[in-house]
Amino acid sequence: MEAQTALKETSQKLKEFDIDSYARSVRLRDRVFGVIGLVATFLTLIFLFTISVDLLIDGWSRIKDPAFYTSYPSRFPEQAGILSSWVGTLYVMAGAIFWSITLGVPAGIYLEEYGGKGKVARIIEANIANLAAVPSIIYGLLALGIFVYRFKLGESVLTAGLTLGLLMLPVVVVSTRESIRRIPRSIREASYALGATRWETLLHHIIPYSAGGIFTGIIIAASRAIGETAPLITIGALTFIAFLPPAPWEDFVGMLKSPFTVLPIQMYNWVSRPQEEFHTNAAAAGFVLLMLALLMNSIAFYLRFKVRRRYQW
Amino acid sequence: MVNPAKMLEERKEKMAAVSSTNNAKIEVKNFNFYYGDYHALKNINFPIYEKKVTAIIGPSGCGKTTLLRAFNRMHDLYPGARYEGEIVLYPDGLNLVDRRTDPLKVRMRIGMVFQKPNPFPKSIYENVAYGLKIRGISSKRLLDEAVEKALRGAALWDEVKDRLSANAYSLSGGQQQRLCIARAIAVEPEVLLFDEPTSALDPISTAKIEDLIVELKQRVTIVIVTHNMQQAARISDYTAFMYLGELVEFGQTEKIFTKPEKKLTEDYITGRFG
Repeated sequence: MEAQTALKETSQKLKEFDIDSYARSVRLRDRVFGVIGLVATFLTLIFLFTISVDLLIDGWSRIKDPAFYTSYPSRFPEQAGILSSWVGTLYVMAGAIFWSITLGVPAGIYLEEYGGKGKVARIIEANIANLAAVPSIIYGLLALGIFVYRFKLGESVLTAGLTLGLLMLPVVVVSTRESIRRIPRSIREASYALGATRWETLLHHIIPYSAGGIFTGIIIAASRAIGETAPLITIGALTFIAFLPPAPWEDFVGMLKSPFTVLPIQMYNWVSRPQEEFHTNAAAAGFVLLMLALLMNSIAFYLRFKVRRRYQW
Repeated sequence: MVNPAKMLEERKEKMAAVSSTNNAKIEVKNFNFYYGDYHALKNINFPIYEKKVTAIIGPSGCGKTTLLRAFNRMHDLYPGARYEGEIVLYPDGLNLVDRRTDPLKVRMRIGMVFQKPNPFPKSIYENVAYGLKIRGISSKRLLDEAVEKALRGAALWDEVKDRLSANAYSLSGGQQQRLCIARAIAVEPEVLLFDEPTSALDPISTAKIEDLIVELKQRVTIVIVTHNMQQAARISDYTAFMYLGELVEFGQTEKIFTKPEKKLTEDYITGRFG
């Protein structure tokens, strides 16, 4: 009886329901939210755009000067350049990418393909994700303790590459796992059904098909690491370097052992000086750094796009 | 008067007559399968005859695909699977589901075509050549010949011969499935398993695949799982009807579809359930 009246009341309400006014109010809500979303998006874009333009304007006199890229730092702002820091950034990033690939990609593959799916695996997984949230200066302290003091690797390109490689590691591991997981089960089964071993399935199918995603992860991690200052200062990066590490094809070990500086450190150094002219240099260096990061992000974007078009299951 | 000795003699003769035309390629003996604690297949017994098409039919969830995937040890890819009993592959009498039998050896001899076409995202040529390459065949001359033969065998050659380097995903669904058949037959397996190979395809593609299966049985023993009874009736020589993880009836397709022994089989075939 109770239920009957309740049902009747519901049908009555449904009959009286004013579709027109409901539609109007809902559409209005949709539109309001759309506008808020648009404004938020634009604010973000404007922010990025403003920074870039501001750096460009402030640093323009140096950005357009070819000597800026081919000179060492100097106490005369108009003679100071970013040669040692951009070359240092290049070497350090190459090292960081190398280490994060050699450690991170196999770790991701192992966790997804070989590791168990039990409780321990879940704990490890959660903690790798947690590693991504560890502040970068902690990595710097770790590196100072292990690489500099324990292994005596010095305040070198090698130490910096290892440090930033560690910093990139969690992102690389997670993105490797994710892109492997995206490969449909049916493709693995096709490979196994033909008599392929686990190793062959990995080498011929899983890794090639997920390579785009893995590289995207590496580049995104790298474009974060390229701007890192704190961990490199912690391990003792110099701020004033008036020479280049030896070319790797001439003296590879010498290059690894060489002291270094990188763009963000150079920039930090110039910003903290009182002279206005050095601030111009800082802005120009900042612009170069920003462009490098944007370039890396667009490579990642392009790779993702290309892979998505190529592998549609 | 019943003469037991004479009966035995007659039975022997009958058996001999059967086995001369029908050699068992595979014999499923007291086979049980578990997913963890779940007893999915219960005491299955039946033969798969050489160079015949054996259809496994039954309603959804009856375990027909589970049984098929035991033949090439697909369950080993996932944790919690357990086999009991025997699935014996002749002539050498290898127990396919023995713990000591390397699933790799099983899959080298028994090919599979899946429900949804699953070509590799590589070229048509690479798809067909893959099984040969992992078996150590690398000479281009041998591969070219084998790829052509397999594609012809899968009735796909004429449609793709001018674009062997095109990505497999540029083919239509039906073509993709025939490519998967070509990929499976290229390595000349002894047995070919089909897991509802036409359920994702249109009627014309389905007809082509069915013709192909009938054609293929001259060379290879075929086991096909299908939920389409007409399909089982059209292409199979033997039919196994399964229900709730058990084998209800096994026999010649004609007999199963015209005068089944069990009431349950009849009900299913006449569409009273399923």
